[in-house]
Amino acid sequence: MSRIGVFICHCGENIAATVDCPRVAREAASMPGVVHSVDYEYLCSDPGQSLIKDAIREHRLSGVVVASCSPRMHETTFRRAAAEAGLNPFRCEMANIREQCSWVHADREQATRKAVDLIRMMVHKVARNESLCPIKVPVNKTALVVGGGIAGIQAALDIANAGHRVILVEREPSIGGHMAQLSETFPTLDCSQCILTPRMVEAASHPNITLHVYSEIESLTGFIGNFEVKIRNKAKSVDLGLCTGCGACTLACPLAGRIGNEFDRGLGKRGAVYIPFPQAVPHKPVIDRAKCLRFQAAQKKGIPVQDCSVCGKCADACPIAPRKAIDFSQEDVIITEKVGAVVIATGYELYTGGRPRPGDRYAGCGEYGYDDYPDVINGMQFERLASASGPTQGRILRPSDGLEPQTVVFVKCVGSRDNAKGFTYCSKVCCMYTAKHAMLYRHKVHAGRAIVFYMDVRSPGKGFDEFVRRAIEDDDACYIRGRVSKITREGGKLLVQGADTLSGEQVEVMADMVVLATAMTARHDADELARKFRAAYDKDCWLTEAHPKLRPVESATAGVFLAGACQGPKDIPDSVAQASAAAGKVLVLFSSDELQREPLVARVNRTAPPQYSTCTGCFACKAACPAGAIEVEDITDKAGNTVKSVARVNEGVCQGCGTCVAACRSGSIELCGFTDEQVFAQIDAL
Amino acid sequence: MTLPNQTPRSTCTLGYYPGCALHGTSKEYDISVRAVAAELGQELREIEDWNCCGASAGHSTNRKLAACLSLRNLALARQQNLKTVLTPCPLCSKQLLSAAAEVAANPQVRSEAEQTIEMSFGGGVRAINYIQYCTDSLDAISSRIGEGLRGLKAACYYGCLLTRPPKVVQFDDAEHPTSMENVVRALKGEPVEFSCKTDCCGGGFTQSHPEAVLRLSRKILENAKAAGAEVIAVACPMCQVNLDMRQAAIEKRYGISLGLPIVYLSQLAGLALGIDRKKLGLGLHFVSMPERGA
Repeated sequence: MSRIGVFICHCGENIAATVDCPRVAREAASMPGVVHSVDYEYLCSDPGQSLIKDAIREHRLSGVVVASCSPRMHETTFRRAAAEAGLNPFRCEMANIREQCSWVHADREQATRKAVDLIRMMVHKVARNESLCPIKVPVNKTALVVGGGIAGIQAALDIANAGHRVILVEREPSIGGHMAQLSETFPTLDCSQCILTPRMVEAASHPNITLHVYSEIESLTGFIGNFEVKIRNKAKSVDLGLCTGCGACTLACPLAGRIGNEFDRGLGKRGAVYIPFPQAVPHKPVIDRAKCLRFQAAQKKGIPVQDCSVCGKCADACPIAPRKAIDFSQEDVIITEKVGAVVIATGYELYTGGRPRPGDRYAGCGEYGYDDYPDVINGMQFERLASASGPTQGRILRPSDGLEPQTVVFVKCVGSRDNAKGFTYCSKVCCMYTAKHAMLYRHKVHAGRAIVFYMDVRSPGKGFDEFVRRAIEDDDACYIRGRVSKITREGGKLLVQGADTLSGEQVEVMADMVVLATAMTARHDADELARKFRAAYDKDCWLTEAHPKLRPVESATAGVFLAGACQGPKDIPDSVAQASAAAGKVLVLFSSDELQREPLVARVNRTAPPQYSTCTGCFACKAACPAGAIEVEDITDKAGNTVKSVARVNEGVCQGCGTCVAACRSGSIELCGFTDEQVFAQIDAL
Repeated sequence: MTLPNQTPRSTCTLGYYPGCALHGTSKEYDISVRAVAAELGQELREIEDWNCCGASAGHSTNRKLAACLSLRNLALARQQNLKTVLTPCPLCSKQLLSAAAEVAANPQVRSEAEQTIEMSFGGGVRAINYIQYCTDSLDAISSRIGEGLRGLKAACYYGCLLTRPPKVVQFDDAEHPTSMENVVRALKGEPVEFSCKTDCCGGGFTQSHPEAVLRLSRKILENAKAAGAEVIAVACPMCQVNLDMRQAAIEKRYGISLGLPIVYLSQLAGLALGIDRKKLGLGLHFVSMPERGA
């Protein structure tokens, strides 16, 4: 016979204002199996937990129902308290009478009756709870970091410095990410590359870090502590082991200086074989097969590229002998690694400022002329113009004719905070970098006019507001509060039409160049990536943290952590802080050799021979399982002959979702903690 | 290759909703739209017994009335098996599209309106504006033009209504449309870069507040002229009337000289297709378009 204790929490006024807690306690006392029932103001408090522990010992309770908030909030608290009093923690359950009752109802009588019902259901369930033991799984102490921008580099270095192996995967030919493209950083105006490149070199040469550039994640399987990742090393067409990075091939390429360089956002040019930027790590070229004359000719003729005789100037120029470092026949290689934790640090993309491309999730701002006028550029392009390693060696020259612009208009919130054309969110960094741009422009072009159109100036951050004031007061940036309606070209200049909402007047400015502070957006394939990692994402495809306040660096999947702008717009300090936090979480995971998991997993029944199990081996469960946890078990008799093949659940992999239970035709699978018996008992109790 | 004049005449039938303007003040729009369609071998079948679309006065004072008026036109088109209705006047096309969207979204409005007009409307009628019509017919047009407009410099002026409200009309980029330029280019004209293509001409204030029309239209005309335009191409009767009829008053009021012909896109298409000027109603404008030498 069960001996169940029921504990009703007032949660201050949160529950007690709507639910008559003493009456609920009286009614619960008469439920079957209940030997003890009390109400208390704050059960999660220390005295509240002691109350439960004392009652377990005093009344020799075999089950506990805590009627309070959501299990997401305090299940761990109360189960731990139960365990401390000697009760198996899985014999403690919560009835949610706050989120699902007091908070959502107004009528006290009805809410009280509903609270009683919710508790009665849980009492009937607890009477059927079994003692369960946590599952122990080994931890593979190697981490996978996806993305080699500042967040990925920081996370990789932190984990590697703690003595663990890290596999760092970067999609582009070089690590460095967006930070490598920036000129100077707010609010200190220190050179972005100067503070980043030492980190890039450190990451690449760290004995604990294995770097895969020009690589992408194919798939991730397994579970916390025991993931298996497949990485596609894309063919670089260059043997990195032989190549010394001399760059002779990049000069020999007949397309050199003719293809828009992604790193310079199209303002600079590269060839088909190229090193993305001077400080690239590794400083080795790759061949862009979609542009290379030889690859294109081979594809057109339908012959293998090594049999094609077109061009080949890069290989001719390569000074490595006897084997050239240029390897046209290289193919993609898939490598498999076992890791215990994953940090996703895939960063963001920048909305260009123009019309949307097919498949984009926004209408875009065609009226700003980004696609039509070369002198309308976006913030990242301005960074490249202002960068000493950029296409103009740091001189602010407008793209159309290379002249120094005398009037530059900066437009903020292009695509951000714009329901109609872009995204609902604030991109967070634009206010600061626009102030920086106006400042850099005024520092470089002393007689120039910098005009900034803004909706709001958002500068919360250490030294941030002072920085904006400096742009306005010391560097004479003219800030106009209002939106720009459109930008057109008249006589070689750009006519910027907008509003000054403070004076209530329309404003027209003839500008030489316009810089659009465009929105940060999620990677175009962020949803696909999220699915690979079983991480959740929001309507804008930013990856979602497990809890917006209390678990900001964890994804919804255990063992997968988030760092940097893949989770939402962030500046450099925030990205670095989150990356170190994610690394800290990984190190906590790696601090023990074994990992305990909740035993709320599915179980295929076993019966006595000759049946062995009611499972018929149809494996409908295997097809239904989203986690890939169903395995085949061959049951053998004493002579070793296989008598039956049945399903078995890998407890390490099972997420306890219960899909297999629903899919099983013979009713042979049960979910521990949520057995049919328990669930039906709850329903019958109503 | 088939020679242009040997191309078989298409048998496609298109619904046609001229609205009040094309039967009155903008007769030349109607004339030229019909002439171009005939040249392209498209049959335009006017919706029989059509009524006013309810624009300006109707839609701003009584939404139900506006919905009923346009729903009746749509229901008639449906009855007459006209699935696509060419609606050259943007006020009309906006009304038809708004009504279709409103009844699709709101079953109550639909049943009320259907009761009022004593007809049912099952949807499936699409109203298109004249630029969409030209865009859809680009292949047919391109195969029939020789020298076309011979580099005629045209400022493509959309006005406020052709692209707005964007969610209802779902046509081009509302703030920075380019489809009319594409048509003019296909007609072998040269669209000029022009800052005012979606600005307001003064629209409905032509009677109640002509001073506003003079101020707004002046900006458009001057900007087009400065951009080197020989004509302004329009696809809206209101725009045409304001820019054309008020042009002399603008010249007088501000002491400037403009002389910019305001022509319908259909008239330009007709000229490019080699249709006789007289059959395009080109003589009906206040600022006449000079004949260009070869």
